[in-house]
Amino acid sequence: MLSIFFKRLLLAIPVLIVVASITFFLVRLAPGGPFDAEKAVSEQVMKNLNEVYNLNAPLSEQYFDYMSGVLVGDFGPSFRFPGRSVTELIMTGLPVTFELAIYSMLIALFIGVLSGVTAALKRNTFLDYIPMSIAMIGICVPTFLLGPLLVLIFGINLELLPVSGWDQLPGDKILPSITLGFAYAAYIARLSRGGMLEILNQDFIRTARAKGLSETRVVTKHAMQGGLIPVVSFLGPAVAGLLAGSFVVETIFQIPGLGRFYVEAAFNRDYTMILGTTIFFSFMIVVFNLLSDILALWLNPRSRDV
Amino acid sequence: MSNSSSLWSDALSRLLKNKAAVAGALILVILITLALLAPWIAPYPYAYQDLDLGASAPSSAHLLGTDVLGRDLFSRILYGARISLLVGFIATTVALIIGVSWGIIAGYFGGKIDSVMMRIVDVLYGLPFIIFIILLMVIFGRNLWLLFLAIGAIEWLTMARIVRAQVLTLKNQEFVLAAQAMGVSNFSMFRRHLLPNILGPIAVYATLTIPQVMLLESFLSFLGLGIQPPMSSWGTLIKDGVESMEEYSWLLIYPGLTFTITLFALNFFGDGLRDALDPKTSD
Repeated sequence: MLSIFFKRLLLAIPVLIVVASITFFLVRLAPGGPFDAEKAVSEQVMKNLNEVYNLNAPLSEQYFDYMSGVLVGDFGPSFRFPGRSVTELIMTGLPVTFELAIYSMLIALFIGVLSGVTAALKRNTFLDYIPMSIAMIGICVPTFLLGPLLVLIFGINLELLPVSGWDQLPGDKILPSITLGFAYAAYIARLSRGGMLEILNQDFIRTARAKGLSETRVVTKHAMQGGLIPVVSFLGPAVAGLLAGSFVVETIFQIPGLGRFYVEAAFNRDYTMILGTTIFFSFMIVVFNLLSDILALWLNPRSRDV
Repeated sequence: MSNSSSLWSDALSRLLKNKAAVAGALILVILITLALLAPWIAPYPYAYQDLDLGASAPSSAHLLGTDVLGRDLFSRILYGARISLLVGFIATTVALIIGVSWGIIAGYFGGKIDSVMMRIVDVLYGLPFIIFIILLMVIFGRNLWLLFLAIGAIEWLTMARIVRAQVLTLKNQEFVLAAQAMGVSNFSMFRRHLLPNILGPIAVYATLTIPQVMLLESFLSFLGLGIQPPMSSWGTLIKDGVESMEEYSWLLIYPGLTFTITLFALNFFGDGLRDALDPKTSD
């Protein structure tokens, strides 16, 4: 158990270094300097700018400077927001995105597990068909369509909820969280239904029922622990999806989070910001994948003693 | 074990019994035909603007209405279908070529080669590829072909795993040993002996990859990082629709509906194909 954890951790470190290096050199490959788009500046100013941003040094030196900065969480200055560092920008956006992701995941887990487990227990009844059809819709309607539709219905036509913003009007967190969480609720519902169906057929469940345990206890204590392992394994990769989803949701609802900063940086060609956030995102995703793998291993009694 | 022609005809008869899959297939055929015929059946060229008209609700002259620049929405959806479906097919083909070759080589040679190749797949699985695509689009410009390649290059991982697992079960069977004994070259082993036996799972997974790829393209286009105007994919149409949905809701609803129906059709068809080719997996 512990040895698996350290093996994974050891593998994650070179992966992160390779990702950071590839990203660094890709960004350096980009045609044109970072200040080309601005109005013509004199040669001296250009020189000073390059000096400030350490662009005159040989590439290898820039690389080692940057990487040693990254090690201590310093992603350098932003090209587009003079005077602000990329780390500062990330730290401004992160709490907002984090909050959004937490709400969405809670919604997704609650709705998804509840409807998936119910569907598995009431197999081939309308309690199975209806949630599973809705789940199919959740998978086929992309976030960037669901968000605007919810805004159109609940924000503009019914005037029930605010259409944009974050932490400004009461209830403005509801629509973005539902938009981001819905697709995951759908996936989790399908995964937990499949996992539960598999477990409910096994001998130990029959034994538990035979010895007279109540159905609730059989389901919550015995079946769900194993039946929900697929959901737990899905949570790690889901973080990557949540990040991508936050690009869209934060753009639609004008939320000042990391996702919108990233998209804006991509538009403005703010290379240091893109570089820094890419490395940061990769780091988070690798960490969350690791955590969900470990959790799934720990939940699975077969692998516990390995 | 039955011979291959009866395997496929069994599968076909199972597929035809699945109403959702047949409906999905029909919708796809109609859609692809309309997309191919777009230059002849679209009532207006896709960039034709009627600025005096501006945005107008659906009418007899413009079946699905016009956008803010007076462009016919029906024509733009038809032309958008060409781009969206093209991305779906080309990127999936790229993913197929990489994934199938990777999986066959890893599975067939086994040993060290296998473990190194599959470890690479494991590692790539954990990376935020969507972010890399955005990075590539920013650095190298928003080029249509680069977009196809980039999307295809990230969707091959699951295919490689599926193909490898299939090859592992095949490679110890008698016909493979017989072919080896006859001194068949590696290449013709792959092409003549292994590939025909794993076409089923490949077909299933390819059908299910197309909607993924289309979603990815429209996601990028929605953010403004994919297809650039005046060309339009369904993603860019939805993006335009969102910008003016308060006054002209049809600009969001019709492209959104078309896209969703297509994704439904592809998913139902793919699920049906999977159940038909491998009855064990259906529940």
